[in-house]
Amino acid sequence: MSLRIVVTVKYVPDATGDRHFAEDLTVDRDDVDGLLSELDEYAVEQALQIADDADDADDAEITVLTVGPEDAKDALRKALSMGADKAIHVEDDDLHGTDVIGTSLVLAKAIEKAGYDLVISGMASTDGTAGVVPALLAERLGVPQVTLLSEVSVEDGVVKGRRDGDSASEQLEASLPAVVSVTDQSGEARYPSFKGIMAAKKKPVESWDLSDLDLEAEEVGLEGAWTKVDSATERPARTAGTIVKDEGEGGKQLAEFLAGQKFI
Amino acid sequence: MAEVLVYVDHVDGAVRKPTLELLTLARRIGEPVALALGSGAENTAAALAEHGAGKVLTHDAAEYADYLVVPKVDALQAAYEAVSPAAVLIPSSAEGKEIAARLAVRIGSGIITDAVDLEAGDEGPVATQSAFAASFTTKSRVSKGTPVITVKPNSAPVEAAPAAGAVEALSVSFSDKATGTKVTGRTPRESTGRPELTEAAIVVSGGRGVNGAENFAIIEALADSLGAAVGASRAAVDAGWYPHSNQVGQTGKAVSPQLYIASGISGAIQHRAGMQTSKTIVAINKDAEAPIFDLVDYGVVGDLFDVVPQLTDEVKTRKG
Repeated sequence: MSLRIVVTVKYVPDATGDRHFAEDLTVDRDDVDGLLSELDEYAVEQALQIADDADDADDAEITVLTVGPEDAKDALRKALSMGADKAIHVEDDDLHGTDVIGTSLVLAKAIEKAGYDLVISGMASTDGTAGVVPALLAERLGVPQVTLLSEVSVEDGVVKGRRDGDSASEQLEASLPAVVSVTDQSGEARYPSFKGIMAAKKKPVESWDLSDLDLEAEEVGLEGAWTKVDSATERPARTAGTIVKDEGEGGKQLAEFLAGQKFI
Repeated sequence: MAEVLVYVDHVDGAVRKPTLELLTLARRIGEPVALALGSGAENTAAALAEHGAGKVLTHDAAEYADYLVVPKVDALQAAYEAVSPAAVLIPSSAEGKEIAARLAVRIGSGIITDAVDLEAGDEGPVATQSAFAASFTTKSRVSKGTPVITVKPNSAPVEAAPAAGAVEALSVSFSDKATGTKVTGRTPRESTGRPELTEAAIVVSGGRGVNGAENFAIIEALADSLGAAVGASRAAVDAGWYPHSNQVGQTGKAVSPQLYIASGISGAIQHRAGMQTSKTIVAINKDAEAPIFDLVDYGVVGDLFDVVPQLTDEVKTRKG
């Protein structure tokens, strides 16, 4: 039985760079280097392991999918060099400023067009950090959501996993097709090998635009967004605090500070 | 006055603090109507009424415990249709955000997640959010449909505001997707007796400098002297010294307590993303160059193995 896995990934501004907003209050992508969101590497890793464990590994196919500007191809290349089979890049000038509801609409259309048995996402992006796309995709696709898994496996058309919540750890189970999201506890993501990097250059990357997905410009982008950002202000730098060197009384001095602040 | 639907997070009828905070925010934009689901739902009514809920809708069914998320979305949608609220507010837990997201798609609305403040505006509620590891503050609103907004713990004071709190049974019919993801087992997390990390007023965290699982006992001792929750940096969690559920940071939990004490934590951007909005920040670190010192109100450059126990003793003495 073949297993078609679609992994959704995001190209995000590097968190160690000087991230800020552009004039139209969208994320400025020009001034900071981008990369594959670290949390999506875990999704690619689990896809590779599920494909390896499939009844007939040759018959499992992993497609990585992203929605983003030209440079987002870098995120796809990284996933391909880790071992994914092919990539789809949804790119359209009209997508600039699309919010999370719009992004889920575009992703869902692309996933349906690509064909899938299993969708795997990271738990959240490292820039927006909302963590709602997997649930949005499950709702739009009308399939079970098996989300925030720290352990996942697929066997005989059933996905099983463990979800570690605040108050309990739950064992979950759903029939395919399904949408899965995985946490950074799901297993270390592999580094691309030199061979993998070379092979990735030859792997197909399809480019789709809005017309390929039967979407109109008004349904996405900044104008079509379901939310509006009115302002973005940089937090004022913290005023320099008091820093003391411990010369035997550091703990007591700290207690004095905490008492002054009424914490003790 | 317009009604505002508030989704209640409770454990067997005991309402969790973030929901009470939501009621404070809900009253700024309308009259709160609370929705409590599952076992003990009716027992939430007194607490909700005391904090401003004019009405409490309740429903219990086995589906809420036996299947993931979707049954709760079905119920929230039923409540939404019954109430026609001006906004829907949900606590920003992992599950809360998933429920909110699915409801938003169903009712054709925009969604704002992880709001840290909320106020009434000319064009609907205005939400404040933190962006880019809390280095920016944004103000946003939902521009299509009924605003669906999730709010982080510690975003508003809990205020008593007695209201009727009339209990009404909600009628819910589950969709055929409700039983899609089965919960086949559940292991409750063992209670440490300490406050919940995201809700705690004080958080004491340990990082790489703690240098071993056994040494976390001194972090715990300080936390207990202050009635605080214990957090850990990713380095400490990845090393296996402390459970992932206590991880503070980008891939763990975001906390916003009144006081955050970082011990042996250098303050990488990923950690700062999870604690930078804390009101007062204190750090103890051997390395005077550690980036955490850029954030602190008070810092001690020194060995945490000397400073933390001394601080713990001093706190105990002062508290008598």
